[in-house]
Amino acid sequence: MGASAIAEGLFRETPEPTLIGGRHRETGRIVFPCPGDATRWEAVDLPRRGTLWSWTVQRFRPKSPPYTGPEDFTPFAIGYVELPSATIVETQLSGVDFDRLTIGMAMELTTMSFSTDADGNEVRLYAFTPVTEG
Amino acid sequence: MEDVYIVGIGIHPFGRTNGMSGLQQGANAARAAMADAGLEWPDMQFGFGGSDSAGNADTIVNELGLTGLPFINVKNGCATGGSALIGSWQAIASGAHDVGIAIGFDKHPRGAFNALPAEYSLPEWYGEAGFMVTTQFFAMKLQRYMALHGISPTSLGRVAEKAFRNAVHADHAWRRSPVDIDTILNAQMISDPLTKYMFCSPAEGGVALVLASAKKARELGRDQVRIKAAVVRTRPPGSFEVFSPCMDIERGGAPTLLASKAAYEMAGIGPQDIDLAQLQDTESGAEIMHMAENGFCGDGDQEEWLANGWTNIDGRLPVNTDGGCLACGEPIGASGLRQVYENALQLRGLGGGRQVPDNPRTAYSHVYGAPGISGVTILER
Repeated sequence: MGASAIAEGLFRETPEPTLIGGRHRETGRIVFPCPGDATRWEAVDLPRRGTLWSWTVQRFRPKSPPYTGPEDFTPFAIGYVELPSATIVETQLSGVDFDRLTIGMAMELTTMSFSTDADGNEVRLYAFTPVTEG
Repeated sequence: MEDVYIVGIGIHPFGRTNGMSGLQQGANAARAAMADAGLEWPDMQFGFGGSDSAGNADTIVNELGLTGLPFINVKNGCATGGSALIGSWQAIASGAHDVGIAIGFDKHPRGAFNALPAEYSLPEWYGEAGFMVTTQFFAMKLQRYMALHGISPTSLGRVAEKAFRNAVHADHAWRRSPVDIDTILNAQMISDPLTKYMFCSPAEGGVALVLASAKKARELGRDQVRIKAAVVRTRPPGSFEVFSPCMDIERGGAPTLLASKAAYEMAGIGPQDIDLAQLQDTESGAEIMHMAENGFCGDGDQEEWLANGWTNIDGRLPVNTDGGCLACGEPIGASGLRQVYENALQLRGLGGGRQVPDNPRTAYSHVYGAPGISGVTILER
């Protein structure tokens, strides 16, 4: 059984987790994910750390389709994380205590096991998790 | 431009009507609106109408009669009803027609709206990962607004409590039993900070409005309620919208700000001149944020407004007098016209137990929805 990202071109896992955004070749505007039109957008690595812009907790299982997460649902936190001088990205929040989520808290990119596809392969997704200074 | 009057209003009750299609509910509303105006289907010179998920509105001729009238389908998300109204208003304001009808209806399955990425030009992974859920957006916009402007959960509860209290007196509402604020605040959390009583539910219903020129309205003895403004706007740069994988750090305006400003300019009046308002309340925080976005108060002032009951029926600016989407449910294609129906009813003094006192003269309605559109109308008696 293998493991693969939920989609190609969203993020890399090695040597460290990195989100891949797109920079507009004329305006310099940065977006996520990188749009497919390579004549107008070039892929760029996004900053790995940022601050929590807003958040909520998904308390019920989203409808399938389109959701492909586990049938055995457990609530998960989602949010927007502001990546300095780049963009604000929407993301699942992993390794968080729902009661301790605060706008402005420091977050960093990680990856997580999201689900298992029909062939038994692991599907992986990017996420942000609170920065643990050590 | 010619003045345009609302000469007939009709509604099919919101909520659930088993065994009746959305289109049939729209036809029921149309019959009621024409009867209210003293007119019949062959009198309609044109129609504009739409639904989000209950089919093409022009097939309503099968229900109402094959008169050969031009009927334009509208499919514009939450602004479907507002856009149908604008089309109808322009058809008469331009002098092309004397009388016509705007119809909005819908019928959605139970549970959350089931949006698919391709419908919004988004990649498949975005839906697979669990981001295609409208409640998340409303919760996150609100969560940040509450933190920035000091809005309390109690205020969210007050909005929902008011909605159910007003709906007790609205025949067309779905949820017509009062719910006390402690029950609302302590109910099951759906998407933090919003509990189940703070969200509207997808529903069914139909609304129709018959519009006419000044000359025709006078003939009918129905020259009371005039459309002063009807506008729809899409989003400006830097707005925060549903289904956004990212957004710019430099924050900007909102479609509601654009629509509101344009409507006040068209009407030649300002928010201080409005006597009552129907504001998009997909969830109770949306009503709070839209109070400010439509110019009725400053950001953060809503705490004082709600604590003092200023948006109650007898307050300084009654808001969502029929219980809004929270109590009526959300049939997307019909909600915008429901707001205008309620405003016209109030301006005619027919609100019954929910009638705004002291003969209101101006009424404002506002819808907002995916993917960043807003519609505003202003009526005057």
